[in-house]
Amino acid sequence: MDQAQISKLLNEQFPGSVAEEQPKAIVIKKESLLAIAKMLRDSDTAFKSCHCITAVDRKDKIEMIYMLYSFKHRFMLNLKIFLPMNDLTVETLSLLWKSANWLEREVYDLFGVKFLNHPDLRRILNPDEWTDFPLRKDFDRPDFYRLPQSEGLKAGG
Amino acid sequence: MNSPNTTDFVQKGNELRSEEMVVNMGPQHPSTHGVLYLELRLDGEIVVDCRVHIGYLHRSCEKIAENRTYTQFIPFTDRLDYLASMNNNLGYCLAVEKLLNIQVNERTQYIRTIIAELNRVASHLVGIGTFAQDLGAYATPMFYCFRDREQIVQLFDELCGGRLTYNYMRIGGVQTDFPPHAVKVIKDFIKYERKKLKEYMELLTYNAIFLSRTKKIGILKPEVAIDYGMTGPMLRAAGVKWDLRKDEPYMIYDRFKFDVPVGTNGDSWDRFKVRLDEIGESLKIIEQAVEALPPGNPVAKVNKVFKGPPGEAYMRTENPRGELGFYLVSDGGQKPYRNKIRSPSFSNIAVLPELIRGLNVSDAVCVLGSTDIVMGEIDR
Repeated sequence: MDQAQISKLLNEQFPGSVAEEQPKAIVIKKESLLAIAKMLRDSDTAFKSCHCITAVDRKDKIEMIYMLYSFKHRFMLNLKIFLPMNDLTVETLSLLWKSANWLEREVYDLFGVKFLNHPDLRRILNPDEWTDFPLRKDFDRPDFYRLPQSEGLKAGG
Repeated sequence: MNSPNTTDFVQKGNELRSEEMVVNMGPQHPSTHGVLYLELRLDGEIVVDCRVHIGYLHRSCEKIAENRTYTQFIPFTDRLDYLASMNNNLGYCLAVEKLLNIQVNERTQYIRTIIAELNRVASHLVGIGTFAQDLGAYATPMFYCFRDREQIVQLFDELCGGRLTYNYMRIGGVQTDFPPHAVKVIKDFIKYERKKLKEYMELLTYNAIFLSRTKKIGILKPEVAIDYGMTGPMLRAAGVKWDLRKDEPYMIYDRFKFDVPVGTNGDSWDRFKVRLDEIGESLKIIEQAVEALPPGNPVAKVNKVFKGPPGEAYMRTENPRGELGFYLVSDGGQKPYRNKIRSPSFSNIAVLPELIRGLNVSDAVCVLGSTDIVMGEIDR
């Protein structure tokens, strides 16, 4: 299995969903992400494992990268979607792969991408009180951080 | 908080009201292997639910990488999984080499393999020792394992001057060649460790108390393991025969003969057994590699500062805890545009609530010990 086969399959089943083909990744349209992911997992391609989800700040847009792995075909697929800076929302994949839950929380924490219908969208690495998204390129590193106002210990977090 | 209502405590018929209790385990707790905070919801002694809080060791390695040259980031990889620094160094160097399309010579390949496998042995020894310690086998297995690990650490110390954070691998090579007596030291260690493995087998593996604590505790099903994106010994213990060294060989792993140990039930005992067996397999690889060690100069001749070609590279390697991946994006500058570290423990700890639901608190500690996590690479 290789990337050309997948992109052919996507063009057949979801016409117009492939926006661009890069040497190492297929860029798809944001709206078709959930349907494509579901098809890739359940069909013969058998992408049973969501290996990694991450993002890259391209200044004018945020590039999301989904690395899906198929143990059956021993193939790693890179799916990409582009999110414009004024609309950083995308459907969650955590209902398809459980590994996506924490990986998406990390992307939310570091890039500020909002995942719709995510069961537990909280910050994961940074404290809950943070307002910045540190891995964005426009993140300005302050010299001094004010400690958040303590509200006392909360039972049950 | 509301004042307790006395009627709540009144016994209604035969039904005695009980309330769930929230217990904070960590962030400072001896059996959480670092600063991990588990929020346990208990019904008596039974864990009803668990929430995992991470991030206490977050040092923003990924942001730091964007402000350092490719070479400058190598020491930072030591601090990810600090029990397997060599493997982290290797994974990062391989990723940069993939980006730059650099080929390394034969001797470098062999030295890297030997060192990476030695570090895997050392890491698994710590994993086994601390696991037994968590179960209450106080000190003895731990000291035995650390005694053996010490030999590896001393060899590494001689090699690169560090005992924990080695910074030994370089882009395109290694820091220094083996000293003349290194081959003999490694051969002696293999002979020594094989004897000791038998000892651990007698001491722990089929020990009645050990079995009763670990058998059928924290059973992980293969489909759940794959769903959570787990890798490494955790996945193999669940019964999935998957090892990157065997199934998608990188470097020169396809030249060596070794087996991939697999568990059957996916319980804590299987995870322990897989690690113990993997030490034996790593020793096989080291033995073959030392025999075939070719001559040459492994010291890197790549410039300290260079520009990465625009593009991206993803390289994953089989670390002691699973698949460590580096995703490098370059815009043509001297520094990477983005460096994503995909760490194995991050996926392996996410499954914990599923494993410990319905177990006793003491068994939850057993399951946590058997996952063999390192907080340094979870929080990065």
